[in-house]
Amino acid sequence: MTNKRYWHKLIRLLRKDWAVAAFFLALSLIGFALFYLIPFAMGFLYSFQDRTVDGSFVGLDNYMALQASASFRKAASNTFLFTSISVPIIIALSLLFAHLLNQKLFARNWLQTAFVLPLVVPVASIVMIWQIFFDWNGTLNALLQSLHVERIDWMKSDWSMGVLIIVYIWKNIGYSIILFLAGLQNIPKDYYETADIEGAGKLHKWIHITLVYLTPTMFFVILISIINSFKVFRETYLIAGGYPHDRIYMLQHYMNNMFLSLDVQKLTAAAVLMVGCILVFVTGMLAIERRFRNFME
Amino acid sequence: MTVFRKLVLTLIMGGLALAMLFPVAVTFTNSFMTEAEINYNYHLIGQMVDVTAGEKDQFINLKLIPDWVSFSQYMEVLFDKPVFLQMFWNSVFMVVPIIVGQVLVASLAAYAFAKLRFWGRDKLFVIYLITMLMPFQVTLVPNYIIADKLGLMNTTSSIILPGIFSAFGVFMLRQFMLHIPNSYIEAAKIDGAGHLRVFYQIIVPLIHPGIAALVVLLFVDYWNMVEQPLIFLEDAFKQPLSLYLSQINEGARGVAFAASVLYMTPMVLLFLYAESYFVEGIQLSGIKG
Repeated sequence: MTNKRYWHKLIRLLRKDWAVAAFFLALSLIGFALFYLIPFAMGFLYSFQDRTVDGSFVGLDNYMALQASASFRKAASNTFLFTSISVPIIIALSLLFAHLLNQKLFARNWLQTAFVLPLVVPVASIVMIWQIFFDWNGTLNALLQSLHVERIDWMKSDWSMGVLIIVYIWKNIGYSIILFLAGLQNIPKDYYETADIEGAGKLHKWIHITLVYLTPTMFFVILISIINSFKVFRETYLIAGGYPHDRIYMLQHYMNNMFLSLDVQKLTAAAVLMVGCILVFVTGMLAIERRFRNFME
Repeated sequence: MTVFRKLVLTLIMGGLALAMLFPVAVTFTNSFMTEAEINYNYHLIGQMVDVTAGEKDQFINLKLIPDWVSFSQYMEVLFDKPVFLQMFWNSVFMVVPIIVGQVLVASLAAYAFAKLRFWGRDKLFVIYLITMLMPFQVTLVPNYIIADKLGLMNTTSSIILPGIFSAFGVFMLRQFMLHIPNSYIEAAKIDGAGHLRVFYQIIVPLIHPGIAALVVLLFVDYWNMVEQPLIFLEDAFKQPLSLYLSQINEGARGVAFAASVLYMTPMVLLFLYAESYFVEGIQLSGIKG
C-alpha cells in the first residue's frame, strides 16, 4: 500500500518539472559544485585537520592557533575598524547625494553619471593620482604646509586607514546612490501631497514618509555595504601592495599571506570564521527586516 | 525663486561631481605630458628629503595641464612596450570567455530557478546566494587544489572556469525572469511548446535588458580583477593589465598615465554607452524578487 503511494508521489515529483530542471541546471550545477561547493566543504574539513593530505582530526586546535596569532588579531580588528567607519559614512553620504540628485536640477543625468562613473574606473588606473595626493611630498602635504600644519606620512601611519576609506568611498559610493535613488523614486508622490494638505512640515514628512518607505532599501544597502567592505583587498593591494602599513593589513591580506606561506590550517580556519560571521550577520539582518515588514503591515 | 534654488543645487552638485571626476580627469590630462615633464613633476614620489642635512623642503607639483600636448606616452606604450599590448589582450581573452560562458550557463540555470518547480529549489538557490557573499580568499586553498588536480594551474582556465560558473549571473537573470508573467509560459505550453522552446523563443528575447546589464556588470568586475591572477598565474606574461599597472606605477612612471587611460577607456566607453543597463542591473539585483 505505502509502496504504491510512494510511487505516485515519485511520479508526481517527476512530472513537476524535475527532469526539465535537471536539464537546465546540469551545466551550472556541475561547475558550481566543482569550483564553489566542493572547495567550500573541503576548506571546512581542513580547518579541523592538521594536514591537508591524510590529516587527522584535531578539533579546534587550528582555531586556537589562529586566536593566538597576533597578525590574525590585527587583521581582524583592522577589518572590523574599516567596516565600522566606512559603512556609516558611505550610507550617510550616498543618502544625502541621492536626495540631492532626486531634486530638480539642471543636467541631472550628467551629474548622476559623474557620481556613478568611479564604479567602473579600475582602481589600478588611478593609483598614480592617489600616490601624488598622499605621498610624503604629495599635494595634500603641500596644502598642509601652506596652512602651516605639520605634514603627515599618510601611507605609513595610522592615517593610511583614512586614505583607504577615502579611496573606497570614492570608488563605491555610486552603488548605494543608485539603490537609494531607486528607493526614493518608488515612493508614491501623492503621499507627500496628502501630507502637504494636512500641513506637515518638511522634517515631519522626511521622517514619516521618506525614511519609513526607504527602510527596506536601507536594509539592503547596509547589508551589501558591510559585505562589500570585507572585500576591500583590491583597493588596498593596488595602493599599498601585499604588505601595507600595519593599520590597513586586512583579513584578506592575512589570508593571502597564509596561503603564500602554505599555512593551510590557519587560512581555512580564518575562512570558516569569516563565513560564519557573514552568515550570522546576514541572517540577523534578514530577521530584523522581516520584523520590520510585519510591523509595516 | 525655484529657478534660483535649482541653480544653487545644481552648482553644489556640480562641484561635488567635479571632485568625483577629478582623479580621472587628471589622469587623462597627464597622459599627454612628455616623459620628461612627468619625471620633472613627480620625481619626488616616495623620496625622503633630508631637511636636517640642509636639503630644501620640496613638494610634488601636481600639474593639471601639460606644458605642451604630446602623444609620446601613448606611442611608447603602444609601440615600444609589447608587454602592454600583450597584457591588454590577456585581459580581453580572460574577460570575454567568462562573460559569454556565464551568460549561457546562468541563463539556463536562472530559468530553472525562476520558472520551474522542483524539490529543493529554494534551498539550492540560497546556497548559490551564500557563495556570492564570500570574499575570494575564503576558498583559496581548496580552489588551488582543484585547479591543480584538473591541471589548470598557471593557465588562464584556472580563472576563466570559476568565472563562468559564478552564482552572480544566475542570481541576476533569475531576478529579471521573475518579472515575466507565468501566463506567457502557460500560453506557449498550451500551444504545444516545450520548455526549451519557451526558453529561447519567449524568455531570452524578454530578458535582453537583463543580459545586457549582466554583461556590463561582469565586464566591470573581471576587467578589474586582481585577486585571482595574483594567485593562479605565476608567469608574468600571462597576467592581465590590472596587475601590470600596479607594477608600471613603480617602474615606468613616465608612461603610467597613458597606460592607465588605455586601460580604463573600454570600461568608460561601455559605461557611457550602456549606463541605463548598468543602473538597472544594480537596481534589479538589489530589489528582492
